[in-house]
Amino acid sequence: MLPAIAVLLLCQLAGESLVRATGMPVPGPVIGIMILIAGVAIRQRVSATHDLADAAGPVAPLADGLLRNLSLLFVPAGCGIAERLAEVGPHVPLLLLILVISTVLALVATVTTFIAVRRLTGGD
Amino acid sequence: MEITSLWVYLSAAPLFWLTVTVASYIAADRLAAASGRHPLVNPVLIAVAFISALLIATGTSYGTYFEGAQFVHFLLGPATVALAIPMLRNVAVLRANLIPMAAALAVGAVVAMGSAVGLAVLFGLPQEMVAALAPKSVTTGIAIGVAEQIGADPALTVALVIATGIIGAVIVTPLMNLLRIKDYAARGFAVGLAAHGIGTARAFQVSEVAGTFAGLAMGLNALVTALLAPLLMRWLMG
Repeated sequence: MLPAIAVLLLCQLAGESLVRATGMPVPGPVIGIMILIAGVAIRQRVSATHDLADAAGPVAPLADGLLRNLSLLFVPAGCGIAERLAEVGPHVPLLLLILVISTVLALVATVTTFIAVRRLTGGD
Repeated sequence: MEITSLWVYLSAAPLFWLTVTVASYIAADRLAAASGRHPLVNPVLIAVAFISALLIATGTSYGTYFEGAQFVHFLLGPATVALAIPMLRNVAVLRANLIPMAAALAVGAVVAMGSAVGLAVLFGLPQEMVAALAPKSVTTGIAIGVAEQIGADPALTVALVIATGIIGAVIVTPLMNLLRIKDYAARGFAVGLAAHGIGTARAFQVSEVAGTFAGLAMGLNALVTALLAPLLMRWLMG
């Protein structure tokens, strides 16, 4: 487990450093994803079995465990909402209404485009 | 030790609020599981509501709370890197959907940002709130960067981002069922784009394919919104 934690931290650290150095408008962990993908893919190529679980080793169960509990990780940031929204008091209902409408529109637009384009390109 | 002095000690100690965060989430998640993962019984929403009420009831500032909760918050980075594993596992289905993903990203990113900003202008909200709404669909770290660039209050932006995530996680399942969309790649991609990590967390609870597409959409939309938001705001503000 400890080596797996080190791998995730190292990928994130490399990602954050790269973002700082180049000024890319991407979060460091997103670059970290690409570094980890590249690393595991290379190990998969050179391993005899080409098996993903072999190549990822203990990183796979750790990653799955973290992602299973991803919701928990948003709780600390979420608890700041009440204090922050209190500062814009009278505008809160309108802001929430806008968020609901805009989220519905974004979900519908994204999913219908995805399905329509796949039908057009003959994928389904 | 008197009970009040014990409370004075505990309420300021990081250990206490860290424990409250983890324990509240476990309770909220049990509740969600007992409801058969009903979309309205969202564990983030329940845990946040409970802890916020506790903070208000005990007169604890968010700063004091966060000193303990930051240890959980910190794991967001490594958990994002962890998305590499389900992406590798589902590389075939990802590769088969490259064109639909590119099209959905372009349309979704513009609608997510444009509809929020457009409605805010329509309703006559003050300019700094209009700007704070622009990055509401992207992951917190990027949203803060965008907010600073376009002159929005980063604190308000974060609140709107988290609220959007919870709204998306709650409405995605009933909305997709209403639209009769059964494809988990498409459903996941939509919720990751519109509701970033909190939507992605919900998608992982439903299916690994949905979670993988959600994670990818979250990363891609962060990039597109960071590039488009300054252009949109400059055009809007003339």
